[in-house]
Amino acid sequence: MAKSIEISDLDIYYGDFLAVQGVNMSIKARSVTAFIGPSGCGKSTVLRSLNRMHEVIPGARVEGKIAIAGQSLYDSAVDPVSVRRMIGMVFQRPNPFPTMSIYENVLAGNRLNSKKMKKSEADDIVERSLKGANLWNEVKDRLTKPGMGLSGGQQQRLCIARAIAVEPQVLLMDEPCSALDPISTSAIEDLIHELKSDYTIVIVTHNMQQAARVSDETGFFNLKAAGQPGHLVEFNSTQKMFANPDNEATEAYISGRFG
Amino acid sequence: MSTITEPETNDSGSPLDTEVPEKARKHALGDRIFSGLSFTAGITIMVALAGVFVFLFIEGYPGLSVDERFYRPKTDFWSYVGPLVFGTTYAAIIALVLAVPFAIGIALFISHYAPRRLAGPLGYVIDLLAAIPSVVFGLWGGRALADQMKPFLIWLEDTLGFLPFFGGPASVTGRTLLTAGVVLAIMILPIITAISREIFLQTPRLHEEAALALGATRWEMIRMAVFPYARSGMVSATMLGLGRALGETMAVAMVLSASPIVTLNIISSENPATIASNIASNYKEASPDRQAVLIATGLILFAFTFAVNFLARYVAGRSERRMAR
Repeated sequence: MAKSIEISDLDIYYGDFLAVQGVNMSIKARSVTAFIGPSGCGKSTVLRSLNRMHEVIPGARVEGKIAIAGQSLYDSAVDPVSVRRMIGMVFQRPNPFPTMSIYENVLAGNRLNSKKMKKSEADDIVERSLKGANLWNEVKDRLTKPGMGLSGGQQQRLCIARAIAVEPQVLLMDEPCSALDPISTSAIEDLIHELKSDYTIVIVTHNMQQAARVSDETGFFNLKAAGQPGHLVEFNSTQKMFANPDNEATEAYISGRFG
Repeated sequence: MSTITEPETNDSGSPLDTEVPEKARKHALGDRIFSGLSFTAGITIMVALAGVFVFLFIEGYPGLSVDERFYRPKTDFWSYVGPLVFGTTYAAIIALVLAVPFAIGIALFISHYAPRRLAGPLGYVIDLLAAIPSVVFGLWGGRALADQMKPFLIWLEDTLGFLPFFGGPASVTGRTLLTAGVVLAIMILPIITAISREIFLQTPRLHEEAALALGATRWEMIRMAVFPYARSGMVSATMLGLGRALGETMAVAMVLSASPIVTLNIISSENPATIASNIASNYKEASPDRQAVLIATGLILFAFTFAVNFLARYVAGRSERRMAR
Protein backbone atom coordinates (compact mmCIF):
# COMPACT_ATOMS: atom_id res chain seq x y z
CA MET A 1 0.00 0.00 0.00
CA ALA A 2 2.98 2.32 0.38
CA LYS A 3 3.49 4.58 -2.60
CA SER A 4 6.22 6.86 -3.84
CA ILE A 5 5.78 10.60 -4.36
CA GLU A 6 7.10 12.72 -7.22
CA ILE A 7 7.30 16.46 -6.76
CA SER A 8 8.23 18.59 -9.76
CA ASP A 9 8.56 22.38 -10.07
CA LEU A 10 6.36 22.98 -7.07
CA ASP A 11 5.50 26.60 -6.24
CA ILE A 12 3.21 27.31 -3.31
CA TYR A 13 1.41 30.61 -2.85
CA TYR A 14 -0.56 32.17 -0.01
CA GLY A 15 -2.61 34.69 -1.95
CA ASP A 16 -0.03 36.68 -3.90
CA PHE A 17 2.79 35.72 -1.59
CA LEU A 18 5.11 33.07 -3.00
CA ALA A 19 6.02 30.95 0.02
CA VAL A 20 7.95 28.11 -1.60
CA GLN A 21 9.56 28.03 -5.02
CA GLY A 22 10.80 25.39 -7.40
CA VAL A 23 10.83 22.21 -5.34
CA ASN A 24 11.81 19.00 -7.12
CA MET A 25 12.20 15.71 -5.31
CA SER A 26 11.19 12.11 -5.42
CA ILE A 27 10.26 10.40 -2.21
CA LYS A 28 10.74 6.64 -2.16
CA ALA A 29 8.09 4.23 -0.99
CA ARG A 30 8.69 2.48 2.33
CA SER A 31 11.27 4.93 3.51
CA VAL A 32 11.47 7.85 5.89
CA THR A 33 12.14 11.25 4.35
CA ALA A 34 12.94 14.13 6.68
CA PHE A 35 12.53 17.84 5.92
CA ILE A 36 14.86 20.10 7.89
CA GLY A 37 15.52 23.81 7.79
CA PRO A 38 15.06 27.03 9.74
CA SER A 39 11.62 28.28 10.81
CA GLY A 40 9.58 29.84 8.04
CA CYS A 41 11.51 28.17 5.22
CA GLY A 42 8.40 26.38 3.93
CA LYS A 43 9.07 22.79 4.92
CA SER A 44 5.74 22.45 6.71
CA THR A 45 4.03 24.15 3.79
CA VAL A 46 5.48 21.60 1.39
CA LEU A 47 4.43 18.79 3.72
CA ARG A 48 0.90 20.13 3.93
CA SER A 49 0.70 20.45 0.16
CA LEU A 50 1.27 16.69 -0.06
CA ASN A 51 -2.22 16.00 1.28
CA ARG A 52 -3.74 19.29 0.18
CA MET A 53 -4.13 20.45 3.77
CA HIS A 54 -2.58 23.83 2.99
CA GLU A 55 -5.79 24.59 1.03
CA VAL A 56 -7.58 24.93 4.36
CA ILE A 57 -6.03 28.40 4.54
CA PRO A 58 -8.00 30.76 2.27
CA GLY A 59 -6.03 31.90 -0.76
CA ALA A 60 -3.47 29.10 -0.64
CA ARG A 61 -2.71 27.48 -3.99
CA VAL A 62 -0.14 25.36 -5.73
CA GLU A 63 1.58 25.41 -9.10
CA GLY A 64 3.59 22.50 -10.39
CA LYS A 65 2.99 18.82 -9.97
CA ILE A 66 2.75 16.35 -7.14
CA ALA A 67 2.07 12.75 -8.11
CA ILE A 68 1.60 9.75 -5.89
CA ALA A 69 2.32 6.50 -7.73
CA GLY A 70 1.81 8.40 -10.96
CA GLN A 71 -1.56 9.87 -9.96
CA SER A 72 -1.48 13.65 -9.88
CA LEU A 73 -2.92 15.08 -6.66
CA TYR A 74 -3.93 18.38 -8.19
CA ASP A 75 -5.92 17.21 -11.21
CA SER A 76 -9.17 19.09 -11.38
CA ALA A 77 -11.02 15.79 -11.12
CA VAL A 78 -9.36 14.91 -7.82
CA ASP A 79 -11.31 15.68 -4.66
CA PRO A 80 -9.07 16.92 -1.80
CA VAL A 81 -11.18 14.89 0.60
CA SER A 82 -10.24 11.65 -1.14
CA VAL A 83 -6.57 12.70 -1.21
CA ARG A 84 -6.62 13.15 2.55
CA ARG A 85 -8.25 9.78 3.01
CA MET A 86 -5.28 8.03 1.45
CA ILE A 87 -2.61 10.21 3.03
CA GLY A 88 -2.54 10.27 6.83
CA MET A 89 -1.23 13.17 8.85
CA VAL A 90 0.10 13.65 12.36
CA PHE A 91 0.34 17.18 13.74
CA GLN A 92 2.75 19.16 15.85
CA ARG A 93 0.55 19.03 18.91
CA PRO A 94 -1.44 15.90 19.71
CA ASN A 95 -5.06 16.49 18.72
CA PRO A 96 -7.34 13.62 19.70
CA PHE A 97 -11.02 14.54 19.53
CA PRO A 98 -11.81 15.69 23.07
CA THR A 99 -15.31 14.27 23.31
CA MET A 100 -14.43 10.84 21.91
CA SER A 101 -13.15 7.82 23.78
CA ILE A 102 -9.82 6.23 22.88
CA TYR A 103 -11.71 3.58 20.95
CA GLU A 104 -13.76 6.11 18.97
CA ASN A 105 -10.72 8.27 18.30
CA VAL A 106 -8.93 5.38 16.60
CA LEU A 107 -11.99 4.65 14.49
CA ALA A 108 -12.75 8.28 13.59
CA GLY A 109 -11.28 7.97 10.09
CA ASN A 110 -12.86 4.58 9.40
CA ARG A 111 -16.25 5.88 10.45
CA LEU A 112 -15.92 8.54 7.78
CA ASN A 113 -15.21 5.96 5.11
CA SER A 114 -17.89 3.43 5.91
CA LYS A 115 -20.83 4.17 8.11
CA LYS A 116 -21.63 0.59 9.02
CA MET A 117 -18.96 -1.59 10.55
CA LYS A 118 -19.36 -4.85 12.41
CA LYS A 119 -18.40 -4.69 16.06
CA SER A 120 -15.81 -7.43 15.65
CA GLU A 121 -14.35 -5.69 12.62
CA ALA A 122 -14.12 -2.41 14.53
CA ASP A 123 -12.48 -4.17 17.49
CA ASP A 124 -9.90 -5.67 15.14
CA ILE A 125 -9.04 -2.31 13.60
CA VAL A 126 -8.68 -0.66 17.01
CA GLU A 127 -6.44 -3.42 18.33
CA ARG A 128 -4.30 -3.57 15.20
CA SER A 129 -3.89 0.21 15.01
CA LEU A 130 -3.10 0.67 18.69
CA LYS A 131 -0.61 -2.19 18.51
CA GLY A 132 0.86 -0.57 15.43
CA ALA A 133 1.27 2.64 17.38
CA ASN A 134 2.79 0.84 20.40
CA LEU A 135 -0.03 2.00 22.59
CA TRP A 136 -2.15 -1.13 22.98
CA ASN A 137 -0.61 -2.41 26.21
CA GLU A 138 -1.00 0.96 27.91
CA VAL A 139 -4.65 1.55 27.03
CA LYS A 140 -6.27 -1.82 26.37
CA ASP A 141 -8.07 -1.72 29.74
CA ARG A 142 -9.48 1.76 29.29
CA LEU A 143 -10.54 2.00 25.67
CA THR A 144 -13.80 3.67 26.63
CA LYS A 145 -12.07 6.48 28.55
CA PRO A 146 -11.60 9.87 26.85
CA GLY A 147 -8.49 10.25 24.70
CA MET A 148 -7.68 13.54 26.40
CA GLY A 149 -6.95 11.67 29.63
CA LEU A 150 -3.72 10.25 28.22
CA SER A 151 -0.28 11.83 28.56
CA GLY A 152 1.03 14.00 25.73
CA GLY A 153 3.18 11.22 24.30
CA GLN A 154 0.34 8.71 24.52
CA GLN A 155 -2.01 11.19 22.86
CA GLN A 156 0.44 11.60 20.00
CA ARG A 157 0.66 7.83 19.57
CA LEU A 158 -3.14 7.74 19.68
CA CYS A 159 -3.13 10.23 16.81
CA ILE A 160 -0.71 8.00 14.91
CA ALA A 161 -3.01 5.03 15.57
CA ARG A 162 -5.91 7.09 14.25
CA ALA A 163 -3.91 7.95 11.13
CA ILE A 164 -2.85 4.36 10.37
CA ALA A 165 -6.27 2.88 11.17
CA VAL A 166 -7.41 3.75 7.66
CA GLU A 167 -4.26 2.16 6.17
CA PRO A 168 -3.07 5.22 4.28
CA GLN A 169 -0.51 5.05 1.49
CA VAL A 170 1.60 7.80 2.95
CA LEU A 171 2.02 9.13 6.48
CA LEU A 172 2.92 12.78 6.94
CA MET A 173 4.29 13.98 10.27
CA ASP A 174 4.61 17.69 11.03
CA GLU A 175 7.11 17.99 13.89
CA PRO A 176 5.39 15.15 15.73
CA CYS A 177 7.71 15.29 18.75
CA SER A 178 8.07 19.02 19.28
CA ALA A 179 5.58 19.06 22.16
CA LEU A 180 6.86 15.87 23.78
CA ASP A 181 9.46 14.97 26.41
CA PRO A 182 12.58 12.96 25.44
CA ILE A 183 11.16 9.60 26.54
CA SER A 184 7.94 10.03 24.54
CA THR A 185 10.05 11.30 21.65
CA SER A 186 12.14 8.18 21.72
CA ALA A 187 8.97 6.05 21.75
CA ILE A 188 7.68 7.86 18.66
CA GLU A 189 11.04 7.51 16.89
CA ASP A 190 11.07 3.76 17.54
CA LEU A 191 7.56 3.67 16.16
CA ILE A 192 8.62 5.49 12.99
CA HIS A 193 11.29 2.86 12.45
CA GLU A 194 8.67 0.11 12.68
CA LEU A 195 6.11 1.90 10.51
CA LYS A 196 8.68 2.34 7.76
CA SER A 197 8.22 -1.24 6.61
CA ASP A 198 4.58 -0.56 5.72
CA TYR A 199 4.31 3.15 4.98
CA THR A 200 5.97 5.93 3.11
CA ILE A 201 6.75 8.45 5.82
CA VAL A 202 7.56 12.13 5.43
CA ILE A 203 8.54 13.95 8.60
CA VAL A 204 9.25 17.62 9.28
CA THR A 205 11.57 18.17 12.21
CA HIS A 206 13.52 20.95 13.86
CA ASN A 207 15.71 18.44 15.58
CA MET A 208 18.63 17.44 13.35
CA GLN A 209 19.62 14.53 15.54
CA GLN A 210 16.11 13.25 15.06
CA ALA A 211 16.39 13.60 11.30
CA ALA A 212 19.70 11.75 11.41
CA ARG A 213 18.25 9.01 13.62
CA VAL A 214 14.97 8.27 11.84
CA SER A 215 15.32 9.16 8.19
CA ASP A 216 16.74 7.52 5.10
CA GLU A 217 16.74 10.66 3.04
CA THR A 218 16.80 14.29 4.04
CA GLY A 219 15.74 17.49 2.33
CA PHE A 220 17.20 20.79 3.54
CA PHE A 221 15.00 23.84 2.96
CA ASN A 222 16.15 27.41 3.35
CA LEU A 223 15.18 30.97 2.54
CA LYS A 224 17.23 32.65 -0.17
CA ALA A 225 17.02 35.81 1.92
CA ALA A 226 14.59 37.37 4.38
CA GLY A 227 11.26 37.97 2.61
CA GLN A 228 12.24 35.67 -0.27
CA PRO A 229 10.47 32.38 -0.93
CA GLY A 230 11.78 29.19 0.62
CA HIS A 231 13.41 26.60 -1.62
CA LEU A 232 14.92 23.16 -1.45
CA VAL A 233 18.69 23.52 -1.06
CA GLU A 234 19.72 19.91 -1.08
CA PHE A 235 18.06 16.52 -1.16
CA ASN A 236 20.25 13.50 -0.51
CA SER A 237 20.55 10.36 1.53
CA THR A 238 20.64 11.18 5.21
CA GLN A 239 24.02 9.55 5.57
CA LYS A 240 25.53 11.80 2.94
CA MET A 241 23.72 14.90 4.20
CA PHE A 242 25.16 14.57 7.68
CA ALA A 243 28.62 13.32 6.72
CA ASN A 244 29.55 15.07 3.52
CA PRO A 245 26.81 17.27 2.04
CA ASP A 246 27.14 18.61 -1.48
CA ASN A 247 26.06 22.09 -0.56
CA GLU A 248 28.00 24.45 1.70
CA ALA A 249 24.84 25.95 3.20
CA THR A 250 23.67 22.49 4.19
CA GLU A 251 26.91 21.82 5.97
CA ALA A 252 26.78 25.19 7.71
CA TYR A 253 23.25 24.51 8.93
CA ILE A 254 23.88 20.96 10.03
CA SER A 255 27.09 21.75 11.86
CA GLY A 256 25.43 24.67 13.59
CA ARG A 257 27.45 27.38 11.79
CA PHE A 258 24.34 28.95 10.38
CA GLY A 259 23.89 32.54 9.30
CA MET B 1 29.96 63.62 60.83
CA SER B 2 29.57 60.16 59.63
CA THR B 3 26.59 59.59 61.87
CA ILE B 4 24.84 62.53 60.25
CA THR B 5 25.85 61.90 56.66
CA GLU B 6 25.00 58.27 56.70
CA PRO B 7 21.27 58.75 56.90
CA GLU B 8 21.66 61.38 54.18
CA THR B 9 23.40 59.02 51.79
CA ASN B 10 20.72 56.56 52.64
CA ASP B 11 18.19 59.16 51.68
CA SER B 12 19.92 60.01 48.44
CA GLY B 13 20.11 56.32 47.63
CA SER B 14 16.52 55.87 48.64
CA PRO B 15 14.69 57.03 45.47
CA LEU B 16 15.55 53.69 43.97
CA ASP B 17 14.35 51.91 47.06
CA THR B 18 11.15 53.83 47.53
CA GLU B 19 10.21 54.13 43.89
CA VAL B 20 9.28 50.50 43.57
CA PRO B 21 6.94 50.43 46.56
CA GLU B 22 5.38 53.70 45.41
CA LYS B 23 4.68 52.25 42.01
CA ALA B 24 3.37 49.13 43.64
CA ARG B 25 1.12 51.28 45.80
CA LYS B 26 -0.22 53.03 42.72
CA HIS B 27 -0.91 49.67 41.16
CA ALA B 28 -2.55 48.54 44.36
CA LEU B 29 -4.77 51.63 44.36
CA GLY B 30 -5.79 51.05 40.73
CA ASP B 31 -6.44 47.43 41.54
CA ARG B 32 -8.58 48.35 44.52
CA ILE B 33 -10.61 50.88 42.53
CA PHE B 34 -11.21 48.43 39.74
CA SER B 35 -12.09 45.52 41.96
CA GLY B 36 -14.39 47.83 43.94
CA LEU B 37 -16.13 48.91 40.74
CA SER B 38 -16.63 45.42 39.43
CA PHE B 39 -17.75 44.22 42.86
CA THR B 40 -20.32 47.02 42.97
CA ALA B 41 -21.52 46.17 39.49
CA GLY B 42 -21.95 42.53 40.45
CA ILE B 43 -23.78 43.37 43.67
CA THR B 44 -26.06 45.84 41.87
CA ILE B 45 -27.38 43.07 39.67
CA MET B 46 -28.08 40.91 42.69
CA VAL B 47 -29.84 43.78 44.47
CA ALA B 48 -31.91 44.66 41.40
CA LEU B 49 -32.97 41.05 40.98
CA ALA B 50 -33.81 40.72 44.66
CA GLY B 51 -35.73 44.02 44.45
CA VAL B 52 -37.82 42.73 41.55
CA PHE B 53 -38.56 39.58 43.47
CA VAL B 54 -39.52 41.47 46.64
CA PHE B 55 -41.80 43.79 44.65
CA LEU B 56 -43.50 40.90 42.88
CA PHE B 57 -43.88 39.02 46.14
CA ILE B 58 -45.32 41.91 48.18
CA GLU B 59 -47.65 43.14 45.45
CA GLY B 60 -48.57 39.72 44.16
CA TYR B 61 -48.95 37.68 47.33
CA PRO B 62 -52.47 39.02 48.08
CA GLY B 63 -53.42 38.07 44.53
CA LEU B 64 -53.01 34.38 45.38
CA SER B 65 -56.18 34.49 47.50
CA VAL B 66 -58.64 37.20 46.51
CA ASP B 67 -62.34 36.86 45.93
CA GLU B 68 -63.40 34.28 43.34
CA ARG B 69 -64.79 36.83 40.91
CA PHE B 70 -61.36 38.30 40.27
CA TYR B 71 -60.25 35.02 38.76
CA ARG B 72 -62.94 35.13 36.13
CA PRO B 73 -63.52 33.01 34.11
CA LYS B 74 -61.97 30.61 36.64
CA THR B 75 -62.51 30.45 40.36
CA ASP B 76 -59.08 30.20 42.01
CA PHE B 77 -55.53 31.32 41.35
CA TRP B 78 -53.95 28.06 40.26
CA SER B 79 -56.62 27.20 37.73
CA TYR B 80 -56.29 30.79 36.48
CA VAL B 81 -52.52 30.73 36.06
CA GLY B 82 -52.33 27.13 34.83
CA PRO B 83 -53.43 27.78 31.21
CA LEU B 84 -51.22 30.86 31.14
CA VAL B 85 -48.12 28.91 32.20
CA PHE B 86 -49.01 26.31 29.61
CA GLY B 87 -49.48 28.94 26.90
CA THR B 88 -46.21 30.64 27.83
CA THR B 89 -44.23 27.42 27.69
CA TYR B 90 -45.94 26.19 24.56
CA ALA B 91 -45.39 29.41 22.61
CA ALA B 92 -41.76 29.47 23.71
CA ILE B 93 -41.22 25.86 22.67
CA ILE B 94 -42.76 26.51 19.24
CA ALA B 95 -40.44 29.48 18.87
CA LEU B 96 -37.41 27.41 19.87
CA VAL B 97 -38.28 24.53 17.56
CA LEU B 98 -38.54 26.97 14.67
CA ALA B 99 -35.62 29.23 15.59
CA VAL B 100 -32.86 26.93 16.81
CA PRO B 101 -32.26 24.93 13.60
CA PHE B 102 -32.41 28.15 11.60
CA ALA B 103 -30.08 29.99 13.95
CA ILE B 104 -27.52 27.16 14.03
CA GLY B 105 -27.67 26.93 10.27
CA ILE B 106 -27.13 30.66 9.81
CA ALA B 107 -24.33 30.68 12.38
CA LEU B 108 -22.58 27.77 10.64
CA PHE B 109 -23.00 29.44 7.28
CA ILE B 110 -21.40 32.61 8.60
CA SER B 111 -18.60 30.88 10.50
CA HIS B 112 -17.67 28.03 8.17
CA TYR B 113 -19.33 28.21 4.77
CA ALA B 114 -19.83 31.76 3.56
CA PRO B 115 -17.01 33.61 1.82
CA ARG B 116 -15.73 36.38 4.08
CA ARG B 117 -17.28 39.10 1.91
CA LEU B 118 -20.74 37.69 2.54
CA ALA B 119 -20.28 36.52 6.13
CA GLY B 120 -19.66 39.98 7.57
CA PRO B 121 -22.73 41.77 6.15
CA LEU B 122 -24.95 38.79 6.89
CA GLY B 123 -23.85 38.91 10.53
CA TYR B 124 -24.73 42.60 10.74
CA VAL B 125 -28.17 42.03 9.24
CA ILE B 126 -28.93 39.31 11.75
CA ASP B 127 -27.77 41.54 14.60
CA LEU B 128 -30.03 44.31 13.24
CA LEU B 129 -33.05 42.04 13.70
CA ALA B 130 -32.40 42.29 17.44
CA ALA B 131 -32.75 46.07 17.28
CA ILE B 132 -36.35 46.04 16.01
CA PRO B 133 -38.77 46.94 18.85
CA SER B 134 -41.11 44.14 19.82
CA VAL B 135 -44.15 46.35 19.19
CA VAL B 136 -43.14 46.52 15.55
CA PHE B 137 -42.86 42.75 15.43
CA GLY B 138 -46.29 42.57 17.05
CA LEU B 139 -47.84 44.91 14.49
CA TRP B 140 -46.25 43.03 11.64
CA GLY B 141 -47.28 39.66 13.11
CA GLY B 142 -50.88 40.67 13.76
CA ARG B 143 -51.50 42.58 10.53
CA ALA B 144 -49.25 41.14 7.85
CA LEU B 145 -48.04 37.72 8.90
CA ALA B 146 -51.41 36.55 10.25
CA ASP B 147 -53.01 37.13 6.84
CA GLN B 148 -50.24 35.32 5.03
CA MET B 149 -50.49 32.40 7.43
CA LYS B 150 -54.16 31.68 6.66
CA PRO B 151 -53.70 29.41 3.62
CA PHE B 152 -50.81 27.69 5.34
CA LEU B 153 -52.98 26.96 8.39
CA ILE B 154 -55.68 25.44 6.18
CA TRP B 155 -53.05 23.34 4.43
CA LEU B 156 -51.75 22.13 7.80
CA GLU B 157 -55.24 21.17 8.89
CA ASP B 158 -55.88 19.28 5.66
CA THR B 159 -52.62 17.35 5.45
CA LEU B 160 -51.44 17.01 9.05
CA GLY B 161 -54.82 17.27 10.78
CA PHE B 162 -54.38 13.83 12.35
CA LEU B 163 -51.72 15.29 14.64
CA PRO B 164 -53.09 16.93 17.80
CA PHE B 165 -51.12 20.11 17.02
CA PHE B 166 -52.95 20.72 13.76
CA GLY B 167 -56.41 19.51 14.69
CA GLY B 168 -58.13 22.67 13.50
CA PRO B 169 -60.51 24.12 12.67
CA ALA B 170 -58.02 26.50 11.12
CA SER B 171 -58.44 30.05 12.34
CA VAL B 172 -60.00 32.44 9.83
CA THR B 173 -58.02 35.39 11.18
CA GLY B 174 -54.66 33.67 11.22
CA ARG B 175 -54.04 34.97 14.72
CA THR B 176 -53.01 31.68 16.24
CA LEU B 177 -50.41 30.35 18.63
CA LEU B 178 -48.42 29.16 15.62
CA THR B 179 -48.33 32.68 14.21
CA ALA B 180 -47.22 34.01 17.59
CA GLY B 181 -44.58 31.30 17.70
CA VAL B 182 -43.26 32.34 14.29
CA VAL B 183 -43.00 35.97 15.42
CA LEU B 184 -41.26 34.90 18.62
CA ALA B 185 -38.89 32.70 16.61
CA ILE B 186 -37.82 35.65 14.48
CA MET B 187 -37.31 37.69 17.62
CA ILE B 188 -35.03 35.17 19.34
CA LEU B 189 -33.17 34.28 16.16
CA PRO B 190 -30.49 37.00 16.45
CA ILE B 191 -29.30 36.17 19.93
CA ILE B 192 -29.05 32.43 19.27
CA THR B 193 -27.30 33.07 15.97
CA ALA B 194 -24.85 35.60 17.40
CA ILE B 195 -23.75 33.43 20.31
CA SER B 196 -23.54 30.22 18.27
CA ARG B 197 -21.50 32.01 15.62
CA GLU B 198 -18.97 33.24 18.17
CA ILE B 199 -18.62 29.76 19.68
CA PHE B 200 -18.26 28.11 16.27
CA LEU B 201 -15.51 30.55 15.36
CA GLN B 202 -13.61 29.63 18.50
CA THR B 203 -13.32 25.94 17.65
CA PRO B 204 -9.63 25.08 17.97
CA ARG B 205 -8.00 24.94 14.55
CA LEU B 206 -6.15 21.84 15.74
CA HIS B 207 -9.38 19.86 16.06
CA GLU B 208 -10.72 21.05 12.74
CA GLU B 209 -7.50 20.05 11.01
CA ALA B 210 -7.52 16.67 12.75
CA ALA B 211 -10.88 15.96 11.15
CA LEU B 212 -9.97 17.38 7.75
CA ALA B 213 -6.69 15.43 7.62
CA LEU B 214 -8.66 12.22 8.13
CA GLY B 215 -10.55 13.05 4.97
CA ALA B 216 -13.65 14.59 6.50
CA THR B 217 -15.84 16.73 4.28
CA ARG B 218 -16.73 20.11 5.68
CA TRP B 219 -19.97 18.87 7.17
CA GLU B 220 -18.24 15.82 8.66
CA MET B 221 -15.58 18.11 10.11
CA ILE B 222 -18.32 20.24 11.67
CA ARG B 223 -19.91 17.17 13.23
CA MET B 224 -16.60 15.76 14.50
CA ALA B 225 -14.90 18.92 15.70
CA VAL B 226 -17.18 21.95 15.81
CA PHE B 227 -20.39 20.65 17.38
CA PRO B 228 -18.75 18.71 20.23
CA TYR B 229 -16.71 21.76 21.08
CA ALA B 230 -19.64 24.17 20.83
CA ARG B 231 -22.30 22.06 22.53
CA SER B 232 -22.43 23.87 25.85
CA GLY B 233 -22.36 27.24 24.12
CA MET B 234 -25.23 26.21 21.88
CA VAL B 235 -27.22 25.22 24.96
CA SER B 236 -26.51 28.58 26.57
CA ALA B 237 -27.53 30.40 23.39
CA THR B 238 -30.76 28.42 23.21
CA MET B 239 -31.52 29.17 26.84
CA LEU B 240 -31.02 32.90 26.35
CA GLY B 241 -33.43 32.70 23.43
CA LEU B 242 -35.87 30.72 25.53
CA GLY B 243 -35.68 33.32 28.28
CA ARG B 244 -36.58 36.03 25.82
CA ALA B 245 -39.41 33.99 24.33
CA LEU B 246 -40.88 33.26 27.76
CA GLY B 247 -40.91 36.90 28.75
CA GLU B 248 -41.96 38.47 25.46
CA THR B 249 -45.04 40.63 25.90
CA MET B 250 -46.21 42.96 23.18
CA ALA B 251 -45.58 40.79 20.17
CA VAL B 252 -47.68 37.98 21.59
CA ALA B 253 -50.39 40.27 22.95
CA MET B 254 -50.81 41.91 19.57
CA VAL B 255 -50.93 38.67 17.59
CA LEU B 256 -52.96 36.39 19.78
CA SER B 257 -56.68 36.34 20.43
CA ALA B 258 -56.56 34.63 23.77
CA SER B 259 -58.91 32.33 25.60
CA PRO B 260 -58.25 30.60 28.93
CA ILE B 261 -57.91 27.05 27.69
CA VAL B 262 -55.29 24.33 27.55
CA THR B 263 -54.97 22.82 24.10
CA LEU B 264 -52.20 21.38 21.96
CA ASN B 265 -53.94 22.74 18.87
CA ILE B 266 -51.87 25.61 17.52
CA ILE B 267 -53.87 26.57 14.42
CA SER B 268 -57.35 27.21 15.80
CA SER B 269 -58.77 30.55 16.91
CA GLU B 270 -58.90 29.37 20.53
CA ASN B 271 -55.45 29.87 22.00
CA PRO B 272 -54.03 30.05 25.50
CA ALA B 273 -52.46 33.43 26.22
CA THR B 274 -49.00 33.77 27.72
CA ILE B 275 -48.42 35.22 31.16
CA ALA B 276 -46.67 38.32 29.94
CA SER B 277 -49.17 39.09 27.18
CA ASN B 278 -52.06 38.47 29.58
CA ILE B 279 -50.64 41.04 32.00
CA ALA B 280 -50.11 43.55 29.22
CA SER B 281 -53.60 43.26 27.80
CA ASN B 282 -55.46 43.33 31.15
CA TYR B 283 -53.42 45.51 33.47
CA LYS B 284 -54.70 48.96 32.56
CA GLU B 285 -58.40 48.52 33.18
CA ALA B 286 -57.97 46.22 36.16
CA SER B 287 -59.17 46.89 39.73
CA PRO B 288 -56.50 46.71 42.49
CA ASP B 289 -57.45 43.15 43.39
CA ARG B 290 -57.35 42.08 39.78
CA GLN B 291 -53.97 43.80 39.45
CA ALA B 292 -52.69 41.81 42.41
CA VAL B 293 -53.75 38.65 40.61
CA LEU B 294 -51.88 39.74 37.48
CA ILE B 295 -48.75 40.57 39.48
CA ALA B 296 -48.97 37.17 41.12
CA THR B 297 -48.91 35.59 37.66
CA GLY B 298 -45.81 37.71 37.05
CA LEU B 299 -44.27 36.20 40.15
CA ILE B 300 -44.95 32.75 38.74
CA LEU B 301 -43.31 33.73 35.45
CA PHE B 302 -40.30 35.06 37.35
CA ALA B 303 -39.90 31.84 39.31
CA PHE B 304 -40.48 29.74 36.21
CA THR B 305 -37.88 31.59 34.12
CA PHE B 306 -35.44 31.33 36.99
CA ALA B 307 -35.95 27.58 37.21
CA VAL B 308 -35.51 27.15 33.46
CA ASN B 309 -32.26 29.11 33.53
CA PHE B 310 -30.86 27.10 36.41
CA LEU B 311 -31.75 23.91 34.62
CA ALA B 312 -30.00 25.18 31.51
CA ARG B 313 -26.87 26.11 33.47
CA TYR B 314 -26.86 22.63 34.91
CA VAL B 315 -27.20 20.99 31.51
CA ALA B 316 -24.51 23.21 29.96
CA GLY B 317 -22.22 22.67 32.94
CA ARG B 318 -22.65 18.92 32.75
CA SER B 319 -21.46 18.69 29.16
CA GLU B 320 -18.55 20.99 30.02
CA ARG B 321 -17.56 18.80 32.93
CA ARG B 322 -17.65 15.80 30.63
CA MET B 323 -15.28 17.57 28.25
CA ALA B 324 -12.85 18.42 31.04
CA ARG B 325 -12.65 14.88 32.34
